[in-house]
Amino acid sequence: MTTLPLRPRNRTTASTRSAGRSKRVNWAVVGLMAPWALGFTVFFAYPLLANVYLSLTRYDLISPATYIGLDNWAFLLHDEALLTGVRNSAWILLIGVPVKLVFAFFVALLISRARRGAGLLRTVFYLPHLMPLVAAALAFVVLLNPSSGPVNTLLSSVGIDGPLWFDDPRWAKPSLLMLDSWMVGNLMVIFLAAVLDVPQQLYEAADLDGAGKLRKLWHVTLPAVRPVLVFAAVTAAIDALQYFTQAYVVATSLSGGATTGAESLGYPNDSTLFFPVLLYKQGFRYFNMGYASVLALLLFAVSFCVAFVMLRRASRWASDM
Amino acid sequence: MSVLAPSRRPTAVAPETRPRKLRGRGRRRRWLESVAERSLLIALAFIVLMPFVLILLTSLMTNAQTLSPHLWPEDFQWHNFTDVFARIPLARYAANTFLYAGLGTVGTLLSSVPAAYAMAKLRWRGRHVWLLLTVAVMMLPAQVTLVPLYSMWASLGLVGTLAPLIVPFFFGHAFSIFLLRQFFLTIPQEYLEAARIDGCGELRTLLRVVLPLTRPALAAVAVFQFTFCWNDFMGPLLYVGNNDSNWTIPVGLAQFRSTYQVEWNMTMAASLLAAVPVVVLFFFAQKTFVRGIALTGVKG
Repeated sequence: MTTLPLRPRNRTTASTRSAGRSKRVNWAVVGLMAPWALGFTVFFAYPLLANVYLSLTRYDLISPATYIGLDNWAFLLHDEALLTGVRNSAWILLIGVPVKLVFAFFVALLISRARRGAGLLRTVFYLPHLMPLVAAALAFVVLLNPSSGPVNTLLSSVGIDGPLWFDDPRWAKPSLLMLDSWMVGNLMVIFLAAVLDVPQQLYEAADLDGAGKLRKLWHVTLPAVRPVLVFAAVTAAIDALQYFTQAYVVATSLSGGATTGAESLGYPNDSTLFFPVLLYKQGFRYFNMGYASVLALLLFAVSFCVAFVMLRRASRWASDM
Repeated sequence: MSVLAPSRRPTAVAPETRPRKLRGRGRRRRWLESVAERSLLIALAFIVLMPFVLILLTSLMTNAQTLSPHLWPEDFQWHNFTDVFARIPLARYAANTFLYAGLGTVGTLLSSVPAAYAMAKLRWRGRHVWLLLTVAVMMLPAQVTLVPLYSMWASLGLVGTLAPLIVPFFFGHAFSIFLLRQFFLTIPQEYLEAARIDGCGELRTLLRVVLPLTRPALAAVAVFQFTFCWNDFMGPLLYVGNNDSNWTIPVGLAQFRSTYQVEWNMTMAASLLAAVPVVVLFFFAQKTFVRGIALTGVKG
């Protein structure tokens, strides 16, 4: 774990081969890399460093930033909303992501075993992913309307008293998860491709050994698609860390249309106040840019840990060329 | 609706390849299992399609009926789909969104192809570091850089315009660079050597040899980027949220309810219309979509 193999093993051979050329500047590389190098510096490196400075200031975008030392950082300890935001985001990360992954994988498995109509089924399950997220969130607000929505109408016709869904602090996050699971088509397509790629001989060998379905899933399919699962899990985790649009749209459209008031965010009862929503609220509703920078740095630290897993894999890609 | 051809025959458990002579009980069990699996799959497909049907039905109701528990429109209000253009400036939102998505896609391709090529096919010191930086940026939540970037665009006086959304794409898009790099790696180095021996410079090699071979990857990146920009919400909310003449469709949709009170029939009609361009793009470029998505995961 301690050594990140940044350097490829064949580095010495590569540099000796091009030793004659590396003395002078490779203008082709400079030209090709220039736009991205500039973009990286201006849109990523600079903002990351600027966050550190801004986190030590009071800044509201209008008057110039004034240095206030560690006051913003000290406020972290008193901010009750922070704990709420972390807890809500942790819910999405620890419950939402696994549910989405398992559901997508389950559907992919079922489709991979369908003898006819696999293509049509794949299209059906992918379709929701094409819906703009805002439109899908609004649609679910209508579908899950507690009094007149179709879901509760159908439930009451079989004698079930449906919950208040997005209007109930206990049900708001599960309702968002229903929306997310509906839109899980891209993960499903990735999993389906991976499952279909598992060599047929492995299953035949397992058959000869008398393995049942579950054992084949556990000992053949899962190990074979593991890299894809890891990639999907990391991607889904990063998505969970920047969870914003659904929560914003649902909360603002349900809390009486008061979209300009900061209080509508997190409705009901701060149950959908996820970490990025809190960051947005502090920065762009209260204009506490300094404190928002503190939150941004925290988010960076957490996502860096998640990305670290990815980077270790990336260093393997780097050396396989 | 055309049917996707499965990329490969789904033969994970193909009964034909099994020994034919199964005992009666084993065969019946297998039959029951496959029936159960198929019914489950069909039931799930119905559940997934249900929201679309219910959205469509809601969009065809009168506004009064959307608040009643009746699921079927009393009288199909097809004119809702034209009325919505009069109720909100949907055409203007669409034009803004096309501008954002179109230029964003062009910028991404122009800036990401060269970087991906340099990282995949040229040998130079630091290319591994740059690959790691690219992957790191790819993994970075957008909110991390939000505050300094917003204040940067504000000091340039460009908040309220589409520029803060479009311009960054002309300076490289990490995910696209990574995806293109993975594609470029699959091109045999010999092709490039041959072009160089024929006297091609790097630019000509890239344009004449590499790009024609990577058309599917370029299409995948373009389709992804267009879809992303079309559906993007947080960026437009932040940068053009205060200037409704530059609203994109997602921002317009999100404000619909607050601006015009409860008009769920109109909101649902607009939501369905908002999905049309991407769905059309999907049915024209299904293979590209599926191959592109598969590629993003498979190379893990």
